[in-house]
Amino acid sequence: MKKIKIKINDKTIECFPDKTIMEVAKENEIFIPGFCGHPDFPPKGNCRVCVVEIKGHDKLAISCQKKVQAGMEIFTNTDRVKKARNLNIELLFAEHIEKCPTCIWRVNCRLLDYAEKYKIEITRFSERKAKRKTYKFANAVEIDGSQCIDCRNCLDACNMMQKINYLELKGKGLNQEIVPVKDKKVDCIYCGQCAVHCPVGAAQEQTNWEAVEKLLKKKSKVIVAQFAPSIRVSIGEEFSLPYGKIMTGKIVAGLRALGFNYIFDVNFGADITTIVEAEELLERVKISPSMPSITRGGKKRVGLPMMTSCCPAWVKYVEFYNPELIPNLTTARSPHIHSGGAIKTFWAESMNIKPKDIIVVSVMPCTAKKFEISRPELKIKGEAPVDYVLTTREFAWLMKKNEIDFKNLKSKPADNPLGEYSGAAAIYGGSGGVMESALRTANAMICKTSKICAPKLEFKEVRGLDGIKEASMDIGRRKLKVAVVNGIGNIKPVIENLDNYDYIEVMACPGGCIGGGGQPIPTDNETRQKRIEALYKIDKGQDVRRAHENKGVQEMMKWLRGQKGDLEHKVLHTKYKKRK
Amino acid sequence: MSVLTKIKQAKLVGRGGACFPTGEKWSMVMEAKGKKKYVICNAAEGEPGILKDGFIIDNYPERVVDGIKLALDFLGAKKGIIYINHKYYKKYKKKLLNVIGKSPIDFFKKPINSGYIGGEESSILNAIEGRRIEPRLRPPFPVTSGLWNCLTLINNVETLYNVSLVNSGEFADKRFYTINGDCMHTGVFSYPDNWTIAKILKETKNIVKFPFFVQIGGDASGIVLNNKQLKRQVDGAGSITVYSIAKHKPKDLIKKWLYFFLNETCGQCTPCREGVYRLLEIIKSPEPDWQLFKDLLINLHDSSFCGLGCVVPIPIESFIRNVLVDIPKSKKKLFNSNDIHEVCSCYK
Repeated sequence: MKKIKIKINDKTIECFPDKTIMEVAKENEIFIPGFCGHPDFPPKGNCRVCVVEIKGHDKLAISCQKKVQAGMEIFTNTDRVKKARNLNIELLFAEHIEKCPTCIWRVNCRLLDYAEKYKIEITRFSERKAKRKTYKFANAVEIDGSQCIDCRNCLDACNMMQKINYLELKGKGLNQEIVPVKDKKVDCIYCGQCAVHCPVGAAQEQTNWEAVEKLLKKKSKVIVAQFAPSIRVSIGEEFSLPYGKIMTGKIVAGLRALGFNYIFDVNFGADITTIVEAEELLERVKISPSMPSITRGGKKRVGLPMMTSCCPAWVKYVEFYNPELIPNLTTARSPHIHSGGAIKTFWAESMNIKPKDIIVVSVMPCTAKKFEISRPELKIKGEAPVDYVLTTREFAWLMKKNEIDFKNLKSKPADNPLGEYSGAAAIYGGSGGVMESALRTANAMICKTSKICAPKLEFKEVRGLDGIKEASMDIGRRKLKVAVVNGIGNIKPVIENLDNYDYIEVMACPGGCIGGGGQPIPTDNETRQKRIEALYKIDKGQDVRRAHENKGVQEMMKWLRGQKGDLEHKVLHTKYKKRK
Repeated sequence: MSVLTKIKQAKLVGRGGACFPTGEKWSMVMEAKGKKKYVICNAAEGEPGILKDGFIIDNYPERVVDGIKLALDFLGAKKGIIYINHKYYKKYKKKLLNVIGKSPIDFFKKPINSGYIGGEESSILNAIEGRRIEPRLRPPFPVTSGLWNCLTLINNVETLYNVSLVNSGEFADKRFYTINGDCMHTGVFSYPDNWTIAKILKETKNIVKFPFFVQIGGDASGIVLNNKQLKRQVDGAGSITVYSIAKHKPKDLIKKWLYFFLNETCGQCTPCREGVYRLLEIIKSPEPDWQLFKDLLINLHDSSFCGLGCVVPIPIESFIRNVLVDIPKSKKKLFNSNDIHEVCSCYK
């Protein structure tokens, strides 16, 4: 495609003809504000804030949708543009009741930023949505109608992208409202993609930072923090650092500064998950005679294909939409539940602390994890393995609220024994990470016992942002057919062809956990890509690359497997149930 | 000579209100790439004060159906759809079916609560596709990507009626005018399309003796003119509505227009959904901020998503500029209220 010449604010610019004015402006560092656009979705053009003036055109154009043409002369800051842009921002502000004092988005708020930048009067119009409802989804996500600016990104996320179709627009004109559908066959899976696409924090996580802050102040219990694989490659964005910067040490320091007594790494838990899951995979693959499908030969495959269960949104999806697949889910718990369980048993004993005196707080990129920890079947001797989940955004908020200069903290290592991890754990945050981690261990286990193969370390075919990835892996003598799905909207073709696979990883969020509902905003393909790349960088830098070679985990498992009764089972495994 | 050539020679324009050159629209559909094509006859007639489409269907159903068939044939379209409001469907279904016979023309009833916006081109496509009834972001336009993403020609009833006349060499450069309001002889009339408003009112014996103003092109979106501005043609949709000055308080009239748009806005975009609401809030308050009022109207013109938002300022601003602002002191009493000075202050 040949480049064309246009002018923006009297400056001549060369660009490709298939781009929008906003894209070309961004390439040339000319800023144009907007609310309703998101790189994940086609332009909606409803906020009318990104307007520009084009010479020869009677009306203003929206730069998010209008494509450039040769010879076009565009102006982004004329009086006419300023008037329309500012008035539209002011009108939108009047749709959003300010709850700034307790709003975690206050430190990163587009409405406040634009109001300041363009010196907009925000008190000329009365609040019009004071009486709107807040819709809560379990204890995980909520949509506050009194703050909604009608941009429809949550609809695009839930319907177009995730294909759950749980949200709809009810009512006409001024009265339109985002509501959950009344269909009893549809339910929310708590993935939080609505929240991570909302430009004004109307759709957001149900927060727990207030309770955690209170406990930290009270100091009456031992408060332990642990943080997910994804946090370390994303948190920097909340402090204007480049995408994909690895911040592990500063996260530990930051949590310490907040007052947590001990800080562990969920990557340790991920290594536990890999071991348990790889063992289960090998067991199920052995039971089933050489991979017949249900249609061929008529022999039923027991528990195959096996499916990952560390994504709580995916588990909710199975329990509600496809309960017949519950036997296929691995019985392994998820990483932070594994490490939480280790903390309240193995670690508690070693430290001589009573489990009931320990509070475990997980920092997660995920909103569904808030729902996960409320599952009663996870309790170990009456104690929940994890007590609170804070999203990445809540954690960043706590840093800023408490004026902790995150960027300039001195890096610190996590505490032992639950601070060590393998490269296989590090990659859990990206789509394909759980799969690759399990395959590294399963492959090594088989090669060790059968002695017929050299253990393979990297499984590059399952990496990347593609919605569905398929591969055929040699595990000893057998060919294991695997699929990796990210973005629950992509699940259908895989569910309809289960016979084609032996092992499936499903992450409800596009990109995997690094694209999770609790992640920094914006989350789009550029940030997803950079975050994932950083994870594989961490992996390559680790001495230990396979989960089962983590010495700390080996020690913990040895202790656990030596315990009397069903403690091992309680800490490592879980069960699921059909939900209506 | 092809029907398209005849249309272009006759310089036909769309009679739905936008006056887009009919030949150009037909050419775009013809030249666009795609096998499947649809023709939609827009018989929604949702603009207040306009009754001509019902009149045409009632009196000349063969011409309307002939126009649709000509479009189907010329474009090689499989199916024609008459998108028609419930009242007209009930009244004229039989009549139209008699004429349609075995032609591939179906009815689609305009959904009951779709309102004014339910007659807008791209909203019609959404209605037929079972989507939310509101305008689509354009481009693409219906001619290249319309019903079910296929090439679609949408024309008003009168436009297709004219196509039939043009094809049989009987088009006489006339159009239909609906006359309403505080005058004696209301109804639908057919006159040359270059006649002035004054001439039409004279011909229909509607030159009223009391002080008045008119609104042309629809009672919601049409421009308002004073009695010295009648030596011009009727722009936009075909209607002339006469208003007795004594019967209409300025603020009430402006509120009436605003309430109409508040009720009918699809709610997608900020300038219209929020702007119209705030305009009403201002005009109802004891001390209106008229500068802000004016700014909100300009914003509607400059940054609305669709045609509805763009026309909101038209009746209001033209009423203030053409009728109120230049009213001589002596005649101010006629308006029967104290509102004038306030309302005019932002337009002086």
